[in-house]
Amino acid sequence: MPQNARPLSPHLQVYRWPLSMALSILHRATGIALAIGLLLVVWLLLSLASGPESYAVARAFCASWLGLALLFAWSWALFFHLCNGVRHLFWDVGAGFAKAQAQRSAFVVVAASLLLTALVWICVIAQGGVA
Amino acid sequence: MAEFTLPKNSKVLKGKKYPAKAGTKNVRTFRVYRWNEEDGQNPHIDEYEVDMDACGPMVLDALIKIKNEVDSTLTFRRSCREGICGSCAMNIDGSNTLACTKACDEIKGDVKIYPLPHMPVVKDLVPDLTNFYAQYASIKPWLRTQTPAPDTERLQTKEDRAKLDGLYECILCASCSTACPSYWWNGDKYLGPAALLQAYRFIADSRDEDTGARLDELEDPFKLYRCHTIMNCTNTCPKGLNPAKAIGEIKKLMVERKGV
Repeated sequence: MPQNARPLSPHLQVYRWPLSMALSILHRATGIALAIGLLLVVWLLLSLASGPESYAVARAFCASWLGLALLFAWSWALFFHLCNGVRHLFWDVGAGFAKAQAQRSAFVVVAASLLLTALVWICVIAQGGVA
Repeated sequence: MAEFTLPKNSKVLKGKKYPAKAGTKNVRTFRVYRWNEEDGQNPHIDEYEVDMDACGPMVLDALIKIKNEVDSTLTFRRSCREGICGSCAMNIDGSNTLACTKACDEIKGDVKIYPLPHMPVVKDLVPDLTNFYAQYASIKPWLRTQTPAPDTERLQTKEDRAKLDGLYECILCASCSTACPSYWWNGDKYLGPAALLQAYRFIADSRDEDTGARLDELEDPFKLYRCHTIMNCTNTCPKGLNPAKAIGEIKKLMVERKGV
């Protein structure tokens, strides 16, 4: 009987996600999203360098619903990745490993990322929006 | 590359239902993963209705009751029934724990029982732990000394002994390692939380004289550094230990010895 005929027991299919596990994969996902989102920022800068007409196109895109949604998501990804990165720095010096501490810091990271994102967009709107 | 879905031969199908006797008042349904090599079929979930008025409080009590009274083919490991042998580790209600110390009352709804995740299944709830044990052996889990053996025991202070608290209690049940997504995707090369906690148990021991070599052996992109502090190990450990912290301490020592 070859061993590879043995089935693999279910894993993602049955495991109940603790909050810390969700945040861990989100950290990686937001990292990837930030890298891709950087293309949008680079495009904005490029268009700025190549004259008013091209900048107007980029600006119009950023003010569109799709552009706004992307910018909003990108700003949250940035703050989440930043806050969770700080959480990782604490772990790197050996702090915050206790179960209750890690659970609390997870909530703090989520709350802080949402708060910072809200703050930025309140500033954007207060300054007259993006258009 | 990590495979997030189950291979074709591992997809779980619906199985048989074993209803409780008519008139039973306090019924609980246990949904248990079954696989028998000799059937030549895919794994399936059997449903057992258990009379909780005639059953002990723990999940293991229910499994033993099912095996004794309903279906003697149900296969699982168990021994001490008091959380010290580590045999009955399995995935219960979505997280890994010992069936003997998990009370049925802690679980809402049907009690779902699977073998430890992402492991080759030998039969029903029995996973093949060969690789897990080999990884434990690879960290050479004994005191390694250079100085000649003294006539008496190698002594240590109370403070040094206290450094082993939270490390020596590990019973190697494999709950933590098989809860770790990094271990799921790279279990062949990443040592996993259980073996790394044990590695740290000897690094932290004042009587061990081979710390340098122990760290050298772990200085590897996979063996140690596949830990991304997901914290599933610490969250699931049925003994309340903290493998994530032990791994963090090893990583810290790696940096400190470089003299940054």
